[in-house]
Amino acid sequence: MNTTIMLFLVQDGITNGAIYALLGLALVLVFAVTRVILIPQGEFVTYGALTYASLAAGQMPGTAKLALALGIGAFAFDLFVARKALHGRLVVRSFITNIVLPSIVLALTIYFAAQKPPVAVCIALSLVIVAMIGVYLYRIAFQPLAHTSVLVLLIASVGVHLALQGLGLLFFGAEGQRGPAVLSGAFTAGALRFTGQSITVYAITIAFIVGLWLFFGLTLYGKALRATAVNRLGARLAGIRTTLSGQIAFLLASVIGALSGIMIVPITTLYYDSGFLIGLKGFVAAIIGGLVSYPLTAVAALVVGIVEAFSSFYASNYKEVIVFMLLIPVLLLRSLAAPAVEEEKD
Amino acid sequence: MSALLSVTDAHVAYGKVEAVRSVSLEVGANEIVTIVGANGAGKTTLLSAIMGILPLKGRVAFAGQDLARLDIEDRVAMGLGLVPEHRELFVTMNVEDNLELGAFRIERSRAKSSIERVYTLFPRLKERRKQLAGTLSGGEQQMLAMGRALMGEPKLLMLDEPSLGLAPIIVADIFRIVTELRTSGVSVLLVEQNAQAALKIADQAYVMELGEFVLSGKASDIAANERVAASYLGFQHEGASVI
Repeated sequence: MNTTIMLFLVQDGITNGAIYALLGLALVLVFAVTRVILIPQGEFVTYGALTYASLAAGQMPGTAKLALALGIGAFAFDLFVARKALHGRLVVRSFITNIVLPSIVLALTIYFAAQKPPVAVCIALSLVIVAMIGVYLYRIAFQPLAHTSVLVLLIASVGVHLALQGLGLLFFGAEGQRGPAVLSGAFTAGALRFTGQSITVYAITIAFIVGLWLFFGLTLYGKALRATAVNRLGARLAGIRTTLSGQIAFLLASVIGALSGIMIVPITTLYYDSGFLIGLKGFVAAIIGGLVSYPLTAVAALVVGIVEAFSSFYASNYKEVIVFMLLIPVLLLRSLAAPAVEEEKD
Repeated sequence: MSALLSVTDAHVAYGKVEAVRSVSLEVGANEIVTIVGANGAGKTTLLSAIMGILPLKGRVAFAGQDLARLDIEDRVAMGLGLVPEHRELFVTMNVEDNLELGAFRIERSRAKSSIERVYTLFPRLKERRKQLAGTLSGGEQQMLAMGRALMGEPKLLMLDEPSLGLAPIIVADIFRIVTELRTSGVSVLLVEQNAQAALKIADQAYVMELGEFVLSGKASDIAANERVAASYLGFQHEGASVI
């Protein structure tokens, strides 16, 4: 095999793998904290990407309206749950976070969409919109089910995924879109050519991983999130609200998803339903990490990316099959290592 | 003055089985109250229900406020703390992180001085502060669980079987600390199978059998009660001799 081709493939694989790593980490995080297997992670990717692409093209993205609609839903849920003990502060706080905030963002989106805003504004708006959608979705679809089994949460997760995908078709149409590169330009090092976009992908992935590591290791909220993952009852007894941990987890997951989308969309044309397959590859990495290990997930994601790059070169028709086949030996090994089926603990 | 914690006519059920029936109790300020009784009497169930982990029928008031609509987290913020039987530590995190999280609802500046206070109470935890909670011995884990609860500045600390499975010397240490807590203004509701040790340090006591309180009164009177002596004190020597 030609070394240059091999280097190209490895480079390509690492670029994709970096994005799968981010998605895989988000999946592990959400599962550890809330026990939700986040199938809609892929929709966060497409929503982020297509919102960004629409804004850059001077079109109004429907996601901003969705954020407001979900915010109103979340506000209604808050009021309903607290109906017997309503007090002013709670209502005001819920009103600001669930209605005022998405209204302001919607107004900004309408204003900016009309005048083809600069890339930085498009990125900021897309991230905020998808982050709000993530947090409100948690409030509406998952928080009321927080005490139920993993299976019930998974079913809800599939439902949310299907709903978001349908809405994606409504908002963005069936045609694919591409967005402008975050960083243009390129340079060569030996046989390899690095585009500004791939450098952005590496930099953001590394920054995010380091940032998450600092967040979980040093900050009180990061530690609280870890504590909720380790021992839910213990965390509650320390006064840590599981709903707060869940909101933070969903906030991080949706931001990571949207950011991944924004990084991919200048390289690949994305459709309203492309996210699912991308998210699934992050999921493969997360499964290899046992849905608990962050470092293993990150490494596995790079392997997934590289395997994908090589299989698309040698057997492009089978590239998805080959990637998902990676799961079989891993699951086999895991089942041999832990022969007893563990009862689900709560 | 009204009691710090007052439970009136509490019932707790697992499905159709009533594990606690028509129980009333009070804990005053600066008081150690103990509930003694055999395994399975419903003591742990009662504590869990007071904390809000299990649903309770009846009335629970803490510091004059009805707790019915409050979550576990709100009760913690009000100054009600529970050290559960299984301790529920964050086993993959170190001792200091466990303690820091205990003060999640407390101002950062106050948490710093709380941690020093906990280290003074439990010098062993200071030695092990960078060690993972899961690697501590049973006694140290109990100390950490108590320390974590104290970080939340509770007005009332509920301890569920703190002596269970621990060496007598450590049990003595833990009971000594419980009495120190009272001096520093923390009330304690202590659930114990080790009745002799518990009755020695408590002010008030309740005896629980099959989900009901069968006796209550001053701890010294309960300890002197013949029936209690026969049922609970005769064969519970471990830990008692060193106190």
